[in-house]
Amino acid sequence: MNNPARKERLSLVSISRHGGLAALAVLLIFNILITPNFLHAQTLAVNVSQVATIALVAVGMTLVIATGGIDLSVGAVMALSGAMAPIIFTSDLAQSYPVLGLGAAFVLPLIAALCCGIFNGALVAILGVQPIIATLIFFISGRGVAQVLTNGNLQTFSNPSFSFIGTARLFGIPVQGWLVIVIAAAIWYVVRYCASGRYLLAVGGNERAARMSGVPVTRVKIMAYATCSVLAGISGLIVVAINSASDAARIGNLMELDAIAAAVVGGAVLSGGRAPIWGAILGAVVIQLVKYTLLANGVADEVALIAKAGIIVAAVYAQQMRKG
Amino acid sequence: MANAEMFDLRGLMGRHAQMSGVWVALAAMIIFGLLRYDNFGSAYNLGSFLNYNSMFIIISLGMCFVIMTGGIDLSVGYVAAFTSIVAAYLSPWGIVPALIGGVAAGVAFGAVNAILIVPMRLPPFIATLSTMLAAKGGSLVISGNQTVAVDWDSNFTKLGMDKAFGPIPWTIVLVAIAAVILWVVLERTPLGRTVLAVGGSEEASGLMGLKVTRAKVFVYLLSGGCAGLAGVFLASGFGAGQPLEGTGWELTAIASVVVGGTLLTGGLGSIPATVGGALLLGLVFNLLNFENGRGTISLSAYWQMVIRGGVLFAVILLQARMSKSAERAK
Repeated sequence: MNNPARKERLSLVSISRHGGLAALAVLLIFNILITPNFLHAQTLAVNVSQVATIALVAVGMTLVIATGGIDLSVGAVMALSGAMAPIIFTSDLAQSYPVLGLGAAFVLPLIAALCCGIFNGALVAILGVQPIIATLIFFISGRGVAQVLTNGNLQTFSNPSFSFIGTARLFGIPVQGWLVIVIAAAIWYVVRYCASGRYLLAVGGNERAARMSGVPVTRVKIMAYATCSVLAGISGLIVVAINSASDAARIGNLMELDAIAAAVVGGAVLSGGRAPIWGAILGAVVIQLVKYTLLANGVADEVALIAKAGIIVAAVYAQQMRKG
Repeated sequence: MANAEMFDLRGLMGRHAQMSGVWVALAAMIIFGLLRYDNFGSAYNLGSFLNYNSMFIIISLGMCFVIMTGGIDLSVGYVAAFTSIVAAYLSPWGIVPALIGGVAAGVAFGAVNAILIVPMRLPPFIATLSTMLAAKGGSLVISGNQTVAVDWDSNFTKLGMDKAFGPIPWTIVLVAIAAVILWVVLERTPLGRTVLAVGGSEEASGLMGLKVTRAKVFVYLLSGGCAGLAGVFLASGFGAGQPLEGTGWELTAIASVVVGGTLLTGGLGSIPATVGGALLLGLVFNLLNFENGRGTISLSAYWQMVIRGGVLFAVILLQARMSKSAERAK
């Protein structure tokens, strides 16, 4: 209403709205001044290659969070799709028809991921199961399925055409970096300009009101979970391609935490109603840069975890202050 | 009269019907186990089953209180790992300092959660996610990334390895005492009623003049303390502080609470049913191990993960049906 309190809140608004950007700026300046070889093409490539998987999953997570949900199964879905790809392209059939095998190695894992997403979405939207519980099922069993498929073995392979999505570069930037930009731009366009994007935000904003005004709530929710899982699936394929190896126990481990953190740092609100796609990318970049900064300066991995915890708390606290 | 009956019926649907389901399932599995496997009822199996699951029962009890307020505590697993290291370091001084130190370390993490959630108003999911990362990082730092051996000459290992009487281990005795105290707190004290009321509607509870803040702080301190105790059991039973343990424990605890019929939205919950839920999930694996050991069906750890997810799915389907029919009954 009146007064100084409002003024103070305004300045807090501007800080919190640009909190992600401010963090990024601080990190960049710190690294340029301190970290050896930071302004180096190789450093950029390494960071882009590592951030791509987090960014993809964070974009999907942002869609789910926009509906007021959460998806704990993304890491397990990554493991599942990552485990399937080498099995497919090293099979006898794929060896005799390489092109067909390669296509199948991309398509079938993503179909499996899609099925996981539809399953999650159906549990949430049709049965009314709470998202954290619904996605807990695959969180627990998805990695198990992947390990059953591979007998728990590490699969190593040499398949240059498959590894393209993990190791190739285009204009000096790893190809998965471009992939993230294209996918994020497409999803941003849909959220911003298409009816289904409006529906998504409406569902997260006020589900009852959305349902009463004729929004197909069930379909929108299922689509959000399905998209999230497919993006996790792509991310799983990229991880496998980067390593030329697939270890179902490790692919996407703790990815759900990174993705949630990135989405939240980027401005997603857990109660739903907002879908800041570019914010998710920004959040992923910030998290990646924190990891890189600490590692490059000789700080141990485990301390980086504590730093990550601090960043999440700070970002969400800033959001809370904005709400007033 | 008719009203009273209606009330009773709804109470049965809401509180006891789902919860009796746990006991029926538990009894059925025990009978199945006794009939199919000779060694299932052996003192050795009973003792090691109870000892191992005492960790999961105690964190499920803390989780149950948190969930009854409509919150969640994702930090319990790594907090338990952290406190197992604290207990291991304190083990040369004997059982009491190690026990108190471990539980206090857990309560300290609970206090951080409470500060983030109550005055700072962070969503519980995010707040406890952050403490989870911090606890994981912290336990790797204080342990130097190694398991920390406990002092075998002190009496600390007795807690996790000795039996109180017959096949009953000391850990389960402590858990039983804790469960009874928590049951009394929940069912018979204003604090317990406030916990349930906060889960039903935080705003309404505040307007009614209930001590909402105190209840919310209490549940996170309690959950941290329970995780601390689980960590003490872990160190004592396995002879070492384990920085790499605790992954997924929070989800096992959440699953136990849910299997026990508690809704994640809060406002409802039962201590005995949560214990039942934890025992039920533990028993699934105990039985699978027998199946494995016998060589009839060889079930790998991977299949066990798949089956664990399947069990959770079955329970969720059942609960979804029950809550739908309960709604129709209204």
